[in-house]
Amino acid sequence: MPERDHLTVTVQRGGPDAPMRPQTFEVPAYDNQTVLDVVSWIQQNADPTLTYRFACRVGMCGSCAMMVNGVPRWTCRTHVSKVLDGNAIEVGPLRNLPVIKDLAADMDPFFDKWVAAEGRHHPTRSRDEEIAPIDPIAAERQEANAGIECINCSVCYSACDTVAGNPDYLGPAALQRAWTLYNDAKDADRDAILDAVSAKGGCHSCHSMGSCTAYCPNELDPLSAIAGLKRATAKRFFGGRK
Amino acid sequence: MKVARAHPLWLAYLLHRLSGLGLALFLPVHFWVLSFALNDAAKLDAFLTLTEMPLVKMAEFGLVFLLAVHLFGGLRLLALEWLPWSAPQKTWAAAAVAGSFLVSTTFLLQAI
Repeated sequence: MPERDHLTVTVQRGGPDAPMRPQTFEVPAYDNQTVLDVVSWIQQNADPTLTYRFACRVGMCGSCAMMVNGVPRWTCRTHVSKVLDGNAIEVGPLRNLPVIKDLAADMDPFFDKWVAAEGRHHPTRSRDEEIAPIDPIAAERQEANAGIECINCSVCYSACDTVAGNPDYLGPAALQRAWTLYNDAKDADRDAILDAVSAKGGCHSCHSMGSCTAYCPNELDPLSAIAGLKRATAKRFFGGRK
Repeated sequence: MKVARAHPLWLAYLLHRLSGLGLALFLPVHFWVLSFALNDAAKLDAFLTLTEMPLVKMAEFGLVFLLAVHLFGGLRLLALEWLPWSAPQKTWAAAAVAGSFLVSTTFLLQAI
């Protein structure tokens, strides 16, 4: 049996048409309970108008990230017992993104910046040619591998104070994607990547606060990826080639 | 909702910013006082008697602290961004710098 019968859960409600306001619910406590379970309980039992987003429930899809007691987290992989503050939890929509309604943040700016950072594949071959072999132990490949498990949950984007202070800043996820592609032997346009990430709002806007790396639920390291881009762009500026 | 940020890298960032701001405020005053040496030696001497006050001595300690924090914070940033080392390598390098700084400062304090 859990030590407590109920949790006091404060949920941020509102959206573009209504200012955000906190609403508190008493939710039954269970031994094993995630923050997503708690939010679902509220929507299913207390207030069906509560809006939130989730899909896989197992930390694969990146849909359910929210602010939990001030920290951006995957709610499906966050046990209530790990984040309880006394007997209370506060849940809000992801920071640094527009709110659609209640706990659902609009991810468009996040994905727009992913594209703006050239976070897309520039092929070296057509589908008619043979697939190029990749050396899995090459240093470059190791760098690329370090970032490929990103599932676009926007936790890092939401954790970043540089994003909060500079709306043009591309953010940790998009820049990490750019660094991954830059190190991909199958990417044909590294100059385009460096052009994109050295423009206004690019990697040089990063202040190395490290919240992206500190809060990434997949334990990735966007901070080091952005540092890599800083080195690569500086090297190109001084005439060095990769 | 209050945003949680108190992890070591963010605190190091804050310390670097605040010490930098403190030094930026100090430096113009510093150069202004130094200009007395060229223009008005008596005024400089009068000003320097202030440095005997305990409060000013404490403030000087604060100044050296700000300088040290900003210097090592800057070295930390340079290493973080320019050296493609692994995290343990950087931890060892920082420990080596801190250790050698401690030994050499102790030596210096004994020497003077």
